[in-house]
Amino acid sequence: MLYKNMQSTDSEAGVAQRPRQNYVGQRVLRVENPPLLRGHGLFIDDMPVKAGTLHAAILRSPHAHAEILSIDVTDAISLPGVRAVVTGQDVAAMTDPLIVGFATPMRYHGIAVDRVRYVGEPVAIVCASDRYLAEDALDHIRVEYRPLPAVVDPIAAAASDAPILHPAVGSNVVSYREFRHGETDKAFAEAKRRSEIVITYPRNSITPIEGYAVVAEHLLDSGGYDVISNFQGPFSLHPVMARALRIPGNRLRHRSPPNSGGSFGSKLALFPYIVILCIASRLAGRPVKWIEDRLEHLAAASAAPNRVTRIEAAYDDDGIVSALRLKHWDDHGAYLRAPMPAPIYRMHGLSTNAYGIKHVDVFNHILVTNKCPTGAVRGFGGPQLYFAVERMMHTIAGELKLDPLELIRRNLIPAGSFPYRAPAGALIDSGDYQRLIDETVSGGGLDELRQRRDTARRQGKLYGIGFAVVVEPSQSNMGYISTLKTGIERERSGQKDGAVAAATVSMDPLGTVSVVADSVPQGQGHQTALAQIVADQLGVKIEDVVVNLEIDTQKDGWSIAAGNYSCRFAPAVASATHLAAVRLREKLARIAASSLNVPPDNVEFADRKVFARDNAENWLSLHRVAGQAHWSPASLPDGMAPALRESVTWSAPELTPTSARDEINTSLAYGFGFDFCGIEIARETGEIRIDKYVTSHDCGTILNPGLADGQIHGSFAAAIGASLYEEFSYGEDGSFLSGTFADYLVATAAEMPKLDILHPVQSPSPFTRLGAKGIAEGNQYSTPVCLANAVADALGRGDITVPLKPAKILEWISGDEAKSRSVAAKASPKGSSINGEGLAYVAGDPQTVWSALLNENGLRAAIPGCERLERVGENAFKATVTLGVGPVKGSFKADIGLSDLDEPRSAVLKGVLSGLLGTASGTGLLTLVPQNGGCRIDYRYEIHLSGQAAMVGGRMVNAAARRLINEFFLRFAASLGEVNRAGTSLPSWRARIKSLFGAQQ
Amino acid sequence: MKPANFDYARCERVESALDLLAEHGDDARIIAGGQSLMAMLNMRLVRPSIVVDIASLDELAYVKEAAGYVEFGATVTQAAAEAWPALRKRVPLVAAALPHIGHFQTRNRGTICGSLCHADPSSELPLCLATLGGDVVLRSRRKKRVVGALDFQIGLLSTAKQPDEMMVAARYPAARSGWGYAFREISRRHGDFAIVALAAVVGDGKIRLGVGGVDDKPAVHEWDDMDDDSLADALNDFAWDLGGGDDIHATARYRREMVRRLGKKVIGEARQCRS
Amino acid sequence: MQVLKQSERHRVRFTLNGERVEGLAEPRMLLTDFIRHEIGATGTHVGCEHGICGACTIRVNGKAVRACLMLAVQAEGKEIETVEGLAAKDGTLSALQAAFHRNFALQCGYCTPGFLMSLVDYLEKNPNPTEADIRIALSGNLCRCTGYAEIVNAALEAAREIQALSASK
Ligand SMILES: Cc1cc2nc3c(=O)[nH]c(=O)nc-3n(C[C@@H](O)[C@H](O)[C@H](O)COP(=O)(O)OP(=O)(O)OC[C@H]3O[C@@H](n4cnc5c(N)ncnc54)[C@H](O)[C@@H]3O)c2cc1C
Ligand code: FES
Ligand code: FES
Repeated sequence: MLYKNMQSTDSEAGVAQRPRQNYVGQRVLRVENPPLLRGHGLFIDDMPVKAGTLHAAILRSPHAHAEILSIDVTDAISLPGVRAVVTGQDVAAMTDPLIVGFATPMRYHGIAVDRVRYVGEPVAIVCASDRYLAEDALDHIRVEYRPLPAVVDPIAAAASDAPILHPAVGSNVVSYREFRHGETDKAFAEAKRRSEIVITYPRNSITPIEGYAVVAEHLLDSGGYDVISNFQGPFSLHPVMARALRIPGNRLRHRSPPNSGGSFGSKLALFPYIVILCIASRLAGRPVKWIEDRLEHLAAASAAPNRVTRIEAAYDDDGIVSALRLKHWDDHGAYLRAPMPAPIYRMHGLSTNAYGIKHVDVFNHILVTNKCPTGAVRGFGGPQLYFAVERMMHTIAGELKLDPLELIRRNLIPAGSFPYRAPAGALIDSGDYQRLIDETVSGGGLDELRQRRDTARRQGKLYGIGFAVVVEPSQSNMGYISTLKTGIERERSGQKDGAVAAATVSMDPLGTVSVVADSVPQGQGHQTALAQIVADQLGVKIEDVVVNLEIDTQKDGWSIAAGNYSCRFAPAVASATHLAAVRLREKLARIAASSLNVPPDNVEFADRKVFARDNAENWLSLHRVAGQAHWSPASLPDGMAPALRESVTWSAPELTPTSARDEINTSLAYGFGFDFCGIEIARETGEIRIDKYVTSHDCGTILNPGLADGQIHGSFAAAIGASLYEEFSYGEDGSFLSGTFADYLVATAAEMPKLDILHPVQSPSPFTRLGAKGIAEGNQYSTPVCLANAVADALGRGDITVPLKPAKILEWISGDEAKSRSVAAKASPKGSSINGEGLAYVAGDPQTVWSALLNENGLRAAIPGCERLERVGENAFKATVTLGVGPVKGSFKADIGLSDLDEPRSAVLKGVLSGLLGTASGTGLLTLVPQNGGCRIDYRYEIHLSGQAAMVGGRMVNAAARRLINEFFLRFAASLGEVNRAGTSLPSWRARIKSLFGAQQ
Repeated sequence: MKPANFDYARCERVESALDLLAEHGDDARIIAGGQSLMAMLNMRLVRPSIVVDIASLDELAYVKEAAGYVEFGATVTQAAAEAWPALRKRVPLVAAALPHIGHFQTRNRGTICGSLCHADPSSELPLCLATLGGDVVLRSRRKKRVVGALDFQIGLLSTAKQPDEMMVAARYPAARSGWGYAFREISRRHGDFAIVALAAVVGDGKIRLGVGGVDDKPAVHEWDDMDDDSLADALNDFAWDLGGGDDIHATARYRREMVRRLGKKVIGEARQCRS
Repeated sequence: MQVLKQSERHRVRFTLNGERVEGLAEPRMLLTDFIRHEIGATGTHVGCEHGICGACTIRVNGKAVRACLMLAVQAEGKEIETVEGLAAKDGTLSALQAAFHRNFALQCGYCTPGFLMSLVDYLEKNPNPTEADIRIALSGNLCRCTGYAEIVNAALEAAREIQALSASK
C-alpha cells in the first residue's frame, strides 16, 4: 500500500497537502526518530549512573542439571575492585520465591539455590567497580556440582521415569487441565472422517539487539528499592517482585528509560533479575548496574515455549470440520515464571481459529525440562496453536483432494455473525473474512501464482503454494491465566478479569500538551500515535504534543495490565488516551463556550484555536483558554476543577472472567490475517526460495499506516527467522548449543524476500474507542505455517517441522544416500553427545598395555596436556590438564577412573573435566585385542560437553573433542612404543592409528 | 563478555614483533585484523598474557607478483586484496572466494594471513591456499621458512607455526593459462561460515578439488581428468573419506551430499572457465 | 617499542567526528566501551560483542569496521566517525538520515547507528547500488524491529539523492 508521508514538523516539506487537523490514519512521520537518528537516543546503558555504582557480572551454570554441593567465593571477594559476591543462598535468605498464577510447591528465586536446572542459570553475582573486574572475579568462584541426569524433550519429561526437576512438585507436569467445549466426543463419534497429526514446534525468541539492563539501588532509609530497567510489563509482575523482596508495593520504585532497544516480549522475563540485583545492591551497599551480554541473552534470557501438539479433526466429505481435539505438551524449561504458562491460555479462547467449528476439546500439559525458562515472545502462544490448526486444515484438504483455500473458505466464521462467540470463549468482535480473502486473492495475484506453480512443476521443479488464516487477538484479558485453575479454585482465589489502561493528558498555560500513558514502548512509535490522537482532539499541531512514556511507578498512573505486550497499545492505551483527550477537549469547550457565546458542543478545535462551529471568525487562541484554566480558576464554569489535566483509567467490559465452563474471552479485539505464498525448493541443496509472499490484514482502524506496516514487516522478518533459521538448540544432555549469533541465526536483509502487504478490509472494533486492533503479531502466527504448508504442497509430505533447514529438507527429498564403495558406512554421530569409535595399534602385548593403562606414568604420558596426575584410589586418579585446540586452551581439573576391569581384555575409562572453558564428562570402553604380536585397542566413547566452549564453540566443539580423544591414543601408543620395541613389527604404527572421525588414511 | 587482562604492544617493525614472540612464546598472541581473535578474547576462549599488534606494520601491507605466485603481506586486509586490480586475473579463485568471507566491514580489517593463521576448518582462504598448493612464509628471530599449505594447517585451529614465529606473507600460485578455477560454497545466511566450501582447479589433465567445512582442515584430492560417471564415483568416495559430523546447522550426510553435488558443479564450472 | 601494561590505564587520543578527544584505557578495554563510557559518545551501540550484529559499526580512517572487535588502544591516532557526526552541526539530517526518517526505517533505533555507518561507508564507495547490492551490503547488520524492507528503501532513496546532489555540483 502506498501512503503519502505526513511530516511531523512544519519546517519540513509536505505540510501544504495535509488534511486539516486529521492526523489519525495518516502516515505521520515518527516523532521518536530525530534523536535516534542523530545518536542521541537514551537507552539505559547510555544513562549516567550515580558515582560509586557497581557493575554486576553473573556466574552461570555450565550444567543442565546438577546439585550445587558448595560455592567458594573467598578468592573472588578478595580481588581488587570486587565489593560483593552474592549467591543463591543469600538471595533465598532475603527473598520469597517468585510466585506464579497458581499454587505450586516449585520454588523459583531467579538464581539457583541448591540445584541448577539449565545451562546458563545464574549461580552467583559479582559486584565490582567495573564489568571487566567483575568478569575476572567470576573465574575465581569455585562451585562444586554433582551432575544429575537431564531431560530436554517434553514428551520424555512427562514420562514416569523421567528425571524430576523439582522434587517438591513430584512430576515434571506441573499443571494439567482438560477442557471440553461443546460435544466433541459425540462429534468425533458421528463424523464420517477423522484425521490426526502431531506437530512439534521449536524454541525460539526474537532476541532484541539491546539485551536486558537493570540498575538497582537499595534505599537504606526506606528499606525500598529504586530500579531503572528496560522491563516492558505487564506490571502485574510489580507486585510479584515486591512480594519476593518482602517490601510494600510502593517501596519498589521502577522507572523505564526513554528508549528501549526492542523486546518482542523478551524483556518481560527480566523481572527475576530485578529482584536478584536489588538484593545484590543491598548486600553491596551501593547501586548495581547489570548489562546483559549476548551470550547471557541467548543462553538464559527467555524463549517461547516449544510445544508438541497432537491434533485431531472430525469432518465430513465436504470438508466441514465439526470438532477439534488438541493435546498440548507445552515445554516451559526449568522453572515456570510468571506469567507463564500464559501463552497457551491467551490463545485458549481461539482454539478454533477463524473457523465456525462448534466443538473443541483441549488438553494442556504444562511441563518443565532442563532448558532456559520461557517467557513472552511476540505471538504469545499463537504460532504454536495455529501451526497445528492450519497444518490440519491443509491435511484435511489433502485427504479430500480439495484445494486448501477452498477448505478454509468452507469452514470460516460466516460474515455477518460478528461479534461471534467461539466455543472456547473468544468473543470475536468484528470482521469479514470472506471478503478479505476474496480481495487478497485478486489483489495479491493468486491466480498468477498458481500458473507459476504449474509452469514450475512442468519444468520438474519442486514448487508449492501455502495458505494460512489467523485470528489476531489484542489487548489481553488479565483474567485469562486463571483459566488454568479449576472453577472451584478460581472461586476460592477471587475473580480476575478486565485490563486497565491509564493515560493522562494535560495542557499547560501556553496551550501545549503533555501526554503520559502506561505503555512501555520498545520502538513501536507509540509516542507518535498518541500525539496524533491527542493533536486531533485538541486541534493542535503534532509538535505541540509531548508524549512521555517513561513510566515511574511512584508517580504515574498504572495498573497491573500496564506495559507493552499482546498488542495492547492500539486497543487499550490508545483508547485511554483518546478518552482523556476527549475529556480535556470537553472541558476546554466548556471554558471557551462562555467567551464565544455558543453552547459547548458547538465549539470546534483546529489550528491551535477554538472557534464557533458556524462562525470561524468567532475564535479564541487555545493558549488563552488554557491560560484561563490555569490563571483564573474563579472564572471557570461552576463546579469545574481548575487547571487542565485529565487522567483516565479504562477497562473494557467485554473482558469478562473465565466462565464456569472454562470459556474465556482472552482478548478484547480480534484482527484477521490471511497469507499465501509460493516457494521453490532447490533439489540440489534443499534450500527454500520464497518466490512470492502476500500478507493481508484487517486490524480495524489503522492509526498510522507507516507504523502499522512497520509492525507487519518486522513481524514477518522474525517469522521468517522462526520458519527458516532460528532455533535454540539443546543436546539430549541439556547442553546448550546455540550460544552466539553465529549459531542462533537471525535473518538479515540478504535473506528477506519481498513482502506484499494488503489491507483490503478494515472492520473497526466496536469495543475499542478508535476501532483499532493490534497488528504486530499476525505474521508471527501465519508465516511459519504458511511456509510449512507450501513446503508440504511442494513435497507432498505431511510431517513438516520448522526451522526448515536445508539439511533436513534434502533428506526429505532425497532417497537413500549413495553408499561408500569402500568401508561399510557407519552411522554418523548424532545429537549433542559426542560419540565415536576408533582403533589404535600399539606395540606390546595386551598385558603390557593393560598395566600401562592402570599406571600413573602410562596415563600421564597419554593424557594430552597432563600437568599433574596422582592416584587417589585403587583405580582412581586426579589430574590437572591443559587442553584445547590451537590458541583455545584452558586448564582443567580432571577426575579419572577405571572400572569394569576385565584384565587384560577390557576396561571402562571415565573422566570428568572441569575448568573455565566448561565441563566435559566422558566414558570410553576399551577392548584390547592381540594382533600381529602387538595389540589393537578398540575404543568407543561418549562425551558430554557443557558450558562456555559447548555454547559458543558451535561447529567446532565436536571436532575438537574427537581430536583430543584421538590424541590420547596417539600419545598412549607413542608412550608404549618406547616401552617395548619388540613388538613393533607394524610399520609406522603412528600412521595407522585410525579413527572414524579423525583423518582416515 | 570482556577480555581477560593482557599487555599490549603496537609494533612498528617486524623485528619488534618477533622479539616479543621470542620472549613470550605461546603466551603471546598476534593481533592482525582481530576479526577472529577479538571475539575469542571477548569470550575468554583465549587468554594471552600479551597481545602483539601487527596491524600497523605498513611494510607488510603489500601485494606482490612474483614468478608463479602472488604474495600477500601479513597486514593486507581482505578488502585491500579484493581491491587489488589484478586479483581476478592472477588469482581468480581467491577473487571468487573473498566476497564470501564475512561482511565488507569485517573484510575491512580481517587479513589474508590472519585467516590462514586462525585455521578455521570452514574458512575460504585456507581452502584456496590448500587447493592451489600455495605456501606461507614464516619468520622468527631464528629463521625464515617457507611452508606448504598442506603442511601448514595441521588441524582444527592448529598450524605448524611455532610460538615464536609469525606469518609474514602468503603465496597463492598464480593462474595458469589454459587452467580453470571455480569456487562455491553453501552457508545458511549470507556471510556465514561455510557449511561446505569447494574450490576446484582443472588443468593439465588433472582435476583438483578442495573441500572446506567438512573435515578438521581443508581436504584436497586430485584425480586425472575423467568422465562424469567416474567423477560421480570419485566424489562419492571423497565425500565418505572426509567423514564430517552433525552440528546444529547441517548433518554429516548433508555435507557429503554437498561434496557430491556441488563438487560436480564446481568442477564443471572450472572446466568451463579454462582460459 | 612500548609495551602497555595490563591493569594500568593508558592515554588514548584520536579524532572523533573531527574533534580531538582523549581518555584513559586499560589495554583490554574494547573500543565500544571507550567511545561510549570514557568519551561519552553513546550513539554507538553494542549488541553482541562478537562481530555479528553490526550495532557497533563505526568508521576508522574512512572504513566501516566493528568497534567491538577493536581495542581502545588500537584507536590511537586514528580518525573515527560515529553516528553523532552524520548530521550537520546545526542538526540538519544528512540525506541518508532523512531517508531513514521518511521511510520509517527505524523503530527502536538501537540498530540504526550501525546501519547508518555501514551505509555511509558503502554508498560512498558504491554510489549506484542495486537493491540486491544493498541487501548484501547490509547482511552484516541485524535489525529485529523493521524487517529491513524500509531500511533497504531508505538506502536506495538516499543513494539516488546523493547521486543527484553530486551530479548537480
Ligand atoms: C561476522 C564475521 C563473519 C566472518 N565470516 C567469515 C567467513 O565466512 N569466512 C572466514 O574465513 N572468516 C570469517 N570471519 C573471520 C575473518 O573475518 C577473519 O578475518 C579471519 O579469520 C582472521 O583474520 P584477522 O586478520 O582478523 O586475524 P586475527 O583475528 O587478528 O587473528 C586470528 C588468529 O591468527 C593469529 N594471527 C593473525 N595474523 C598472524 C600472523 N601474521 N602471524 C601469526 N599469527 C597471526 C592470531 O594470533 C589469532 O590467533 C568472520 C568474522 C566475523 C567477525
Ligand atoms: S556489537 Fe559489534 S558487531 Fe555486535
Ligand atoms: S530498529 Fe530496533 S533493532 Fe533495528
